[in-house]
Amino acid sequence: MAAEIGHLSLWLALAAALCLSVFPLVGVQRNILALQWYARPLAWVQWLALTLSMVCLGYSFFINDFSVAYVANHSNSALPVAYRLSAIWGGHEGSLLLWGWMLGGWAAMVGGLSRSVPLAMVARVLSVMGMISVGFLLFMLLTSNPFDRVLPWFPLDGADLNPLLQDPGLIIHPPMLYMGYVGFSVAFAFAVAGLLAGNLDPAWARWARPWTTVAWSFLTVGIALGSWWAYYELGWGGWWFWDPVENASLLPWLAGTALIHSLAVTEKRNLFRAWTVLLAIIAFSLSLLGTFLVRSGVLTSVHAFANDPERGAFILGFLIVVAGGALTLFAVRSSTLTNNKGFKPVSREAFLLGNNLILLTATFVVLVGTIAPLFFEALDLKISIRSPYFNGFFVPLTMALIVLMVPGVFSNWKRQDGRVLVKRMAMLAPAAVIAGWFGSRLPEPSPWQGVLAIMLALYLVFAHVDDVVRRARAYGQGFFTGLRKLGRAYWGMVSAHCGLAVMVAGITLVSFHEVERDIRMGPGDRASIGEYDFVFDSLDNYQGPNFDSTRGHFQVSYQGEPVVILHPEKRTYHASGQIMTEAAIDAGFWRDLYVAMGEPLDDGNAWAVRIYFKPGIRWIWLGSLIMAFGGVLALSDKRYRRLRFANGEKEATNES
Amino acid sequence: MKANSPWVFLPLVGFVLLAVLLASGLGRDPQELPSALVGKPVPSFSLPSLMTDETLTQDSLKGRWQLLNVWATWCPTCYIEHPFLLELAARGVAIAGLNYKDESDPARQYLAEHGNPFTHVIVDADGQLGLDLGVYGAPETFLINPDGEIVLRHAGDLNARVWKEKFVPLLEQNQPGGEA
Amino acid sequence: MTRMLRIVFLLGISLSAMAATDIYQFETPEQEQRFRVLLDELRCPKCQNQSLADSDAGIAQDMRARVEIMIKEGKSNDEIVDYFVARYGNFVSYRPPVTPTTSILWLAPLLLLGSGAVIIVLLLRRASARVDDSDEGGEESDMNQRGDR
Repeated sequence: MAAEIGHLSLWLALAAALCLSVFPLVGVQRNILALQWYARPLAWVQWLALTLSMVCLGYSFFINDFSVAYVANHSNSALPVAYRLSAIWGGHEGSLLLWGWMLGGWAAMVGGLSRSVPLAMVARVLSVMGMISVGFLLFMLLTSNPFDRVLPWFPLDGADLNPLLQDPGLIIHPPMLYMGYVGFSVAFAFAVAGLLAGNLDPAWARWARPWTTVAWSFLTVGIALGSWWAYYELGWGGWWFWDPVENASLLPWLAGTALIHSLAVTEKRNLFRAWTVLLAIIAFSLSLLGTFLVRSGVLTSVHAFANDPERGAFILGFLIVVAGGALTLFAVRSSTLTNNKGFKPVSREAFLLGNNLILLTATFVVLVGTIAPLFFEALDLKISIRSPYFNGFFVPLTMALIVLMVPGVFSNWKRQDGRVLVKRMAMLAPAAVIAGWFGSRLPEPSPWQGVLAIMLALYLVFAHVDDVVRRARAYGQGFFTGLRKLGRAYWGMVSAHCGLAVMVAGITLVSFHEVERDIRMGPGDRASIGEYDFVFDSLDNYQGPNFDSTRGHFQVSYQGEPVVILHPEKRTYHASGQIMTEAAIDAGFWRDLYVAMGEPLDDGNAWAVRIYFKPGIRWIWLGSLIMAFGGVLALSDKRYRRLRFANGEKEATNES
Repeated sequence: MKANSPWVFLPLVGFVLLAVLLASGLGRDPQELPSALVGKPVPSFSLPSLMTDETLTQDSLKGRWQLLNVWATWCPTCYIEHPFLLELAARGVAIAGLNYKDESDPARQYLAEHGNPFTHVIVDADGQLGLDLGVYGAPETFLINPDGEIVLRHAGDLNARVWKEKFVPLLEQNQPGGEA
Repeated sequence: MTRMLRIVFLLGISLSAMAATDIYQFETPEQEQRFRVLLDELRCPKCQNQSLADSDAGIAQDMRARVEIMIKEGKSNDEIVDYFVARYGNFVSYRPPVTPTTSILWLAPLLLLGSGAVIIVLLLRRASARVDDSDEGGEESDMNQRGDR
């Protein structure tokens, strides 16, 4: 029964979405306030219906209703409850429902938290989001229904969730990621609404900015979680593979980062409006493109969901309507957006332009590298693209980005005295060079690229520390009082930029200094990396809830002193017969020690063991979290909290 | 409203091109790997025969149109493909076998039990010939011309549909009225 | 996973392992390093986009063994990659070949960067000409302003 209710609820959500797409816009067109007013309640109804669907699907998983095809394909009675529930988004149909549910949630939130935005604008924004919902709901209802039943011959037990997904990572990574993907639809909706309105209210950027920032923060966390999950789950210690699905998540993130910075300029100086609107359209279109790539079978990937050309065709059609429609609207209406203000070549605006160019190029590189195999296949040339290509561009681009970040932070809006800027930048350079030189010699000397990267990362951090100190002092009320007066938006920026520096340092360290050994080890054998010794103590077997495991016990010591005992496993899952490698990791702030069992050798008397020493790898995710935290900080800035009371325009000038 | 600069249409145009490219990719199997050896001669080798005492070389694959089928007893799809191979052999198609990374005794037993469609079988115990041929799994079937050149490689099981769609056109092209 | 250049710990690496033997045994650390780099750059022809380093497939094991042998035979990285490309096509290398057709892979982003830079320069000139002190927008004329965004 639950599945039928869930299914019906989807139709209800579709009805609400259709009304939401049409009536408020009609209301705006014909100036009928009542119709515009209905936008918010309709968004809530849509979301409540979707919530009911989610609950029904979750319930079906919970009670092991294997007559529902999706449950039968992705669950099993022996599957622990937490995974039974997160299996909701473990496959194609359910993850679409998650997408749709989050889209509904964002729309409802936009409705709820936009009291200071004029009704006509809210109506337009919600309508656009409604249209996107219609697309997703149709996609589900017509091609990918999670509630389809397998009757009359339904299985007594399910096919089990892919063992790779039976992990806490599944519980949190997709939801975070989707919050990000879907969240960019809000910026998109604001952009399209602005174009529809025909004239962009100066406050537009202030309305759009917090939504974009929070989506970006979620996406940052989502991608970091994905990387971390791949690291410990996939068995071979990699943290980024430039796999098409990973690239699909990076594309909107890069565009989103450019968007955040462009929005800053638009909010502050009402400039770059057309460009910001275009970026908002691009960022969300890239989210949709990612959805297409992952589900259409067009590209090969370890992460790919469904490989169904029919579904792929639907998403592509949807993408064409959404992105094509928005871009056409942009082309036709963008002349309403130009602005005639000026700024000098040395100014914050100019540096942010440079930042946008670099991020745009990075986005383009990822797009080209991901799509190119398709392009060349049409020319009968089958090629593969991965790290060599992407890293070849990303390394110099990242360095260039960091180089631009410092003057960007130091510069004033509109005009900045070049000499003062250069002097300030030059003063900090020696400290960064010296500290970087020494820093890059740990744990041992790096090649010049590593040295340069560490110097730049340190330079970035020093620059921000310098900026904080100067600004705090500038209040003239003592350093600590000044610190407290610095706005949260400012701290957000400092945090996000320093997070990037930490991440770059981590990537540099692990890329240049990690050590891998593949060793044939039997119980009693010892191996070492530097001063770390690994002794293979023993092997045993045990039974888990839905798997059998062979587990090794490794005693790890450093300079003779015991450090930790690691227990890598090789698991065979009952339902699917799949064999999984569970790596054992000793996580540390400065380094990870990683042991994984490969294949059994000599009829099980010995194993091919992989041992890794990975310095600085945790900084990659730590840095990402610091970046995301920066976004959250910026959101809690008081000028957004004031929006609850006052009316739009007054806020624009005084605070910032 | 002031006139738009034509550049504003650039994103739209770019997107349309992208969409066309993506559409072209739908329905194609990204895993399908065309052989790098099409048009090239079979690599040279000197390996034992499974059924007799002789040593076989690349010359054993010259002189007539024939198939080279890569198979092994550990390959389940090969079992499924086997009856069709027997059918082809009965129709007069020359099929040579490549016993890939397998053990010879079980292989001989397999052929004794299930029938032997092969004119001769090359034993590639360590997979080196397979590597030289660009084999990445079993079963695979190559079409070789009388000069010992590879004309086609099909990865996956050989069945009536694949035979008709991929192999027959090439055979008819080169010897009209030949085996079909 | 990137392994750009890597300096292997010379102290204690191949020298102090007692009972355990390395699966891949090389004479010098440079050889081992080349091995790792090649395993990352060669693709398993059968798997879902995995490198030879990541894959457990039979063909990947065969290929790894061959790479090890070829390194010991003294072949260069290019020769080894060419060996596999001759047999499996360009698909098997994660470094796409540089030909007039594929050069667009590198030219396109460079073109974007270049034309973007040019456009920015033009934009800056125009924007600079439009600067006048009467418009609002909270410009600060010195660095001593409060923290803001």
